[in-house]
Amino acid sequence: MTEKRRLRRTMMFLNAQRPGLIKDAYIYRPDSVMFDLEDAVAENQKDAARFSLYHALLNVDYCGVERIVRINGLDTPYWKEDIRASVAGGADGIRIPKCEYAQDVKLVDAAIEAAENEFSRVKGSTLLMSAIESPRGVLNALSICEASERLFGVAISGADFRKCMQTAYTKSGVEMAAARGNILLAARSAGVQCFDTVFTNLDDMEGFTEEVVMNKQMGFDGKSVISPRQIKIVHDVFAPSEKEIREAEKIVRTVRENADKGVGVFTIDGKMLDIAFVPGAERTLALARASGLYEGEF
Amino acid sequence: MKNAIGREIPDELLVNAEPYKGNYALDGVEYTKPGPTVRASIKPQESKIAGSLRDAIVQCGLKDGMTVSFHHHLRDGDYVINLVMKEIEALGIRDLTIAASSVGTAHDPVAKMIEDGVVTGLQTSGIRGRMGEAVSNGKLRTTAILRSHGGRVRAIEQGEVHIDIAFIGAPTSDEYGNARGTGGKSDCGVLSYAMVDAKYADKVVIVTDTLMDFPNFPPSIEAVDVDYVVVVDSIGEPKKIASQAARMSQDPRDLMMAENCVRVMAATPYFKDGYSFQAGAGGPSLAVYRFLEPLMIERKIKMRWAIGGITQPTVDLLNKGLIQCVVDAQDFDIGAVRSVHENPNHYEISTSQYANPMNKGAFVNKLDFVILAALEIDTDFNVNVVTGSDGILRGAPGGHPDASAGAKCTIIVTPLVRGRIPTVCERVVTVTTPGDSVDVLVTDYGIAVNPARQDLIEALSAHKIPLSTIDALKDKAYSMVGRPDDLEFFDRIVAIVEARDGTILDIVRQIKPYEL
Repeated sequence: MTEKRRLRRTMMFLNAQRPGLIKDAYIYRPDSVMFDLEDAVAENQKDAARFSLYHALLNVDYCGVERIVRINGLDTPYWKEDIRASVAGGADGIRIPKCEYAQDVKLVDAAIEAAENEFSRVKGSTLLMSAIESPRGVLNALSICEASERLFGVAISGADFRKCMQTAYTKSGVEMAAARGNILLAARSAGVQCFDTVFTNLDDMEGFTEEVVMNKQMGFDGKSVISPRQIKIVHDVFAPSEKEIREAEKIVRTVRENADKGVGVFTIDGKMLDIAFVPGAERTLALARASGLYEGEF
Repeated sequence: MKNAIGREIPDELLVNAEPYKGNYALDGVEYTKPGPTVRASIKPQESKIAGSLRDAIVQCGLKDGMTVSFHHHLRDGDYVINLVMKEIEALGIRDLTIAASSVGTAHDPVAKMIEDGVVTGLQTSGIRGRMGEAVSNGKLRTTAILRSHGGRVRAIEQGEVHIDIAFIGAPTSDEYGNARGTGGKSDCGVLSYAMVDAKYADKVVIVTDTLMDFPNFPPSIEAVDVDYVVVVDSIGEPKKIASQAARMSQDPRDLMMAENCVRVMAATPYFKDGYSFQAGAGGPSLAVYRFLEPLMIERKIKMRWAIGGITQPTVDLLNKGLIQCVVDAQDFDIGAVRSVHENPNHYEISTSQYANPMNKGAFVNKLDFVILAALEIDTDFNVNVVTGSDGILRGAPGGHPDASAGAKCTIIVTPLVRGRIPTVCERVVTVTTPGDSVDVLVTDYGIAVNPARQDLIEALSAHKIPLSTIDALKDKAYSMVGRPDDLEFFDRIVAIVEARDGTILDIVRQIKPYEL
């Protein structure tokens, strides 16, 4: 599985302004951490946060946890410097907030490439994701998803979207149903990942769990989280069942064995299968491995 | 010479004492207990009430050079030590030894008495505040002795400490001296630490602020052991005696460590129906209860008994029927105090019952699990809970060494670093709990098992619990915050840390003032 398609069940937001948070958030084992230079950082602390983040990226071993930086909006004077600091520090990816057009992605892509040249980073090594936070972004999701080779996924961001839609959080998620569905369709069409918005009420773990279950059922790859307490819940919900693991292992094994024999289509337990089932099965095994449920050969 | 954990013990200290030889080295030793001098009260007598504290001190015959004892059930709210010592000082009596179960910031005024020579000896299971600073700076004219709770009562029951007068603060008493930890306006729940003092001191004075009708039963301290009862306005500040039940920590780091403690527990063969358990009162230790509860329900097992300093989370599980009985040697919060009043399955025990290693079998000997904190832990698993990173005495061995030695599985839970100070280190400043009684270390950066416990390594590995080594954890800590410079001390020994069996575990030297 390439870096672009690595598992991203959880992306934990961390205020880059707070060294105590960013110094060792990897101990909670989210799949990714999201250093926030945008909304969490006070206007007069943008430089300080960027400075801390740069040094954390350079000096802290995040032990394999992916490091993504949410830069400031493209309508601010900060985003270009955010990208330079992130790329210079060696961040794994950049998150564009409030993305509405493919052009936004292309703009950031170009700035990243310039920074990679400036700081002698491998071209293309800094990935990209877009946060879609408005109705226009939702409607343009497909072109956003297809705007850059660097882009590994899109996330729906609920807070701003709900405001735009003149609605508020509901337990059923009805107010977000269209947006979630649309960006999922776009992401899947473009072959990139898709992440759901944060759940902000830390006292309602039951509600959080229900939302994560819904996310999984809808087909999301993962969820943004705001507290380490939410991580295990997401990982548990996304963990495949034993039956799913056994079936996935069987698919991968049988496809490989048949491929060696030159057979493309075959049946397992009466179901017709071919190579198209392999990516899904491999993802199941990767999820199982990440959840400590699988130590097999695939 | 070096003792069994490699600590250099100066020969002059070994004239009347042995170096530490291992946790169970003195198992089976026989000895004869000493007895107190008792003045018979044969004549009919209505009351033992003394007119004042000063009258009681005078009538007890306190003289220069004697030993007086106190307990710390009133914790930071205690007024008793200061009240008694103020009268003693006013009487011009000097050169006293205080034998307390613990002293803290509530007793800062006594630090001046150390400097003035009113107090020249100190034996305690905990020392904080100005008294800790005074001892660390060499103001005490003799060497202080630090003992565990079990070690303290052992020293009394073996005659190493002879208490001339025990001053026992009691929330309630009758005029004949039947005293209880429960009730009154300064309710502390139990009087466990004072029970042995009452049996072995020549004179016993109950200091109370709430007089009850005779007989004040069932008593923690029996009137048959009591010489005088003194009624004062107040023995303590209730808010500082029993705190409001602490809200369970929401700190993700504490919760993660607590959850990992429970994973470790659940992977051992001891986690089964009828197990026994003790947890310290720190954030991560208390949070362990939060993760124990659902696991016990899921596995359909109950805890037979919980012990130690008792807190609300213990009481909650008792009330839910997940713990069958609680044996209590100290109450930390209002929930615990209330429970020992009301719950018939919540029992008060003496500190000897709790932890004395040299009686015929203390509760800790039967413990399955104990979860405790540490200020420092070194790569030999030795734990320091008494000297701070500045080398100053500011902690308490308390029951830490006792429960660690007794429990089948001793888990230390601590963050890897605190601020810029590594908790896991090459060599702790002071050993208070020897590494041979520590089994598992749970930190926020990983779990390490004492190599002496290969059985636990196998059990945890079988449950796929990722294990690190304590050396790797130490290296990680140093890589983050650096290796601190060694503290600098003068040669003078200011305190001896006794192992629970009375051998010498370590020494504390006078700290050199830090110069930039």
